[in-house]
Amino acid sequence: MDNAQLLVSGLANGCVYGLIALGFVLVYKATEAINFAQGDLMMLGAFVTIGLANTHYMGLPFWIALPVSLGIMGALGYLIDRLIIRRMFGESQVAVMILTIAMGFVIRFVAGLIWGHEPHTLESPFAGRDVRIGGLVLGMEDVAVIVVTLLLTWCLYVFFRRTRLGLAMQGASQNQLAAYYMGIPVKRVQGNVWALAGVAAGIAGILFAVRGSVDPSTGLMGIKAFAAAVIGGFGSLPGALAGGLIVGVIEPFASRYIAAGYSQVVPYALLLVVLIFRPNGLFSQVRAKKV
Amino acid sequence: MSEPILKIRNIETFYGPIMAIRGVSLDVGEGQIVSILGANGAGKTTLLKTVSGVMDPEKGTIAFDGENIHGWEPHNVVRKGIIHVPEGREVFPLLTVDENLSLGAYTLVDKMQIERDRDMVFSYFPALGERRAQEAGTLSGGQQQMLAIGRGLMANPLIMLLDEPSLGLSPILVKEIFGILGRLNEERGMTMILVEQNAHAALALAHHGYVLELGRIVMDDAADVLLNSEDIRSFYLGMKDEGARENRRWKRKKTWR
Repeated sequence: MDNAQLLVSGLANGCVYGLIALGFVLVYKATEAINFAQGDLMMLGAFVTIGLANTHYMGLPFWIALPVSLGIMGALGYLIDRLIIRRMFGESQVAVMILTIAMGFVIRFVAGLIWGHEPHTLESPFAGRDVRIGGLVLGMEDVAVIVVTLLLTWCLYVFFRRTRLGLAMQGASQNQLAAYYMGIPVKRVQGNVWALAGVAAGIAGILFAVRGSVDPSTGLMGIKAFAAAVIGGFGSLPGALAGGLIVGVIEPFASRYIAAGYSQVVPYALLLVVLIFRPNGLFSQVRAKKV
Repeated sequence: MSEPILKIRNIETFYGPIMAIRGVSLDVGEGQIVSILGANGAGKTTLLKTVSGVMDPEKGTIAFDGENIHGWEPHNVVRKGIIHVPEGREVFPLLTVDENLSLGAYTLVDKMQIERDRDMVFSYFPALGERRAQEAGTLSGGQQQMLAIGRGLMANPLIMLLDEPSLGLSPILVKEIFGILGRLNEERGMTMILVEQNAHAALALAHHGYVLELGRIVMDDAADVLLNSEDIRSFYLGMKDEGARENRRWKRKKTWR
């Protein structure tokens, strides 16, 4: 019974990692650069929602604050591409990556300036409520997180498989030059990918803030999500989610059964093992990189 | 020849500091197949990229269907009716054959027409129809080339720019694909620019031919004239021995400059 509860809270945690990892992979696939600010965008998404919904700030109703903050995050993602990343077109990927690291610092600093450095929690309708399934007592927020992630995964799947824009995003990431030849406005499509990554970060942030407290340095959790993305296989969307879930589930079990000092290391140890035995990750799409 | 649909005048294109196209002029009439021949590095691919808008010329004009299109963004060029079938296939490897074709029709909105075009592509390339749900990366080289051409057709173009469709294919497949290109031209009146190193196959198919060397047009004539010309026979059809060829090539270049 205990284990089942650990599993559920681990899964819920893993969903958040998975969604951040998803943002990493989306941007990586579209632009070949890694956005190290993805974790900080997640943190910002949480704070934007807190700023809109909490009574201490604007006090909007929760269900209105949600779409507004996701809209803001999407717009922010788009603007980051439009105003910053697009100017780096043709520069080396390392330069873009360092730029995103700097962007992460800026986001952390700005968030600290606006909302302070104390931990905040999002006032959500799920807080403190339980769901009972059989003899299991599960936090409603955990269940909500898992359900939302499943829904989002399904939406993304349909979006990428069935819609013209989703197909164009895949095309532009698999073969940018060919996408140009087919008349796909690649730069505009990339802007949309960044917007999508912003929305994903926003959702991850909201889910995170629903389950626990956020402060500006929460964004550093992005590194763990990065590890999750690598474990799952960078460049694969299902892999990113699976990697997130794996890391999320391992954590509570590790801290339960392994001495406190060592349990923190387990996700990274797993990363090492995966990199040694499956350098492309567990769910890699190796053929994608055939040049 | 009536008013050509594509008119290229004195274009110059650079790769950074390197001048890859040194003032090329070229005409393509509607319904014609024009072949551009040349060795590696002659600037053939660059010329096509300049037309499709992936590269911009520093100088010169490209007029297509009565409008100047040089300097346009590639997606606007595609909308105008020019599709570039790139060298080395360049399919979307993880998408299925069907999805690749759908992306070829990215600039079109009429769903009915897209489906009609898809059936048309499958009628020319039955092998693709049998593999609709297969990932393009798992197709053979010849099938990928067919997919690249089919994907180009899906854009419903007025002209196709074909960059070395014979690259890396067996002679039998080259024959098959060139046969289909010929049918597309005859049955659908498809205008084409065919860039090739396989001079014999290209000239046999084309109406008109240009020879590109070091970024310049050094020869242009009707395809059958070129096919029988002394220079073409020795340089591109390999009808002279190696030593003599090197020698002649050097001399010719001198006179062309």
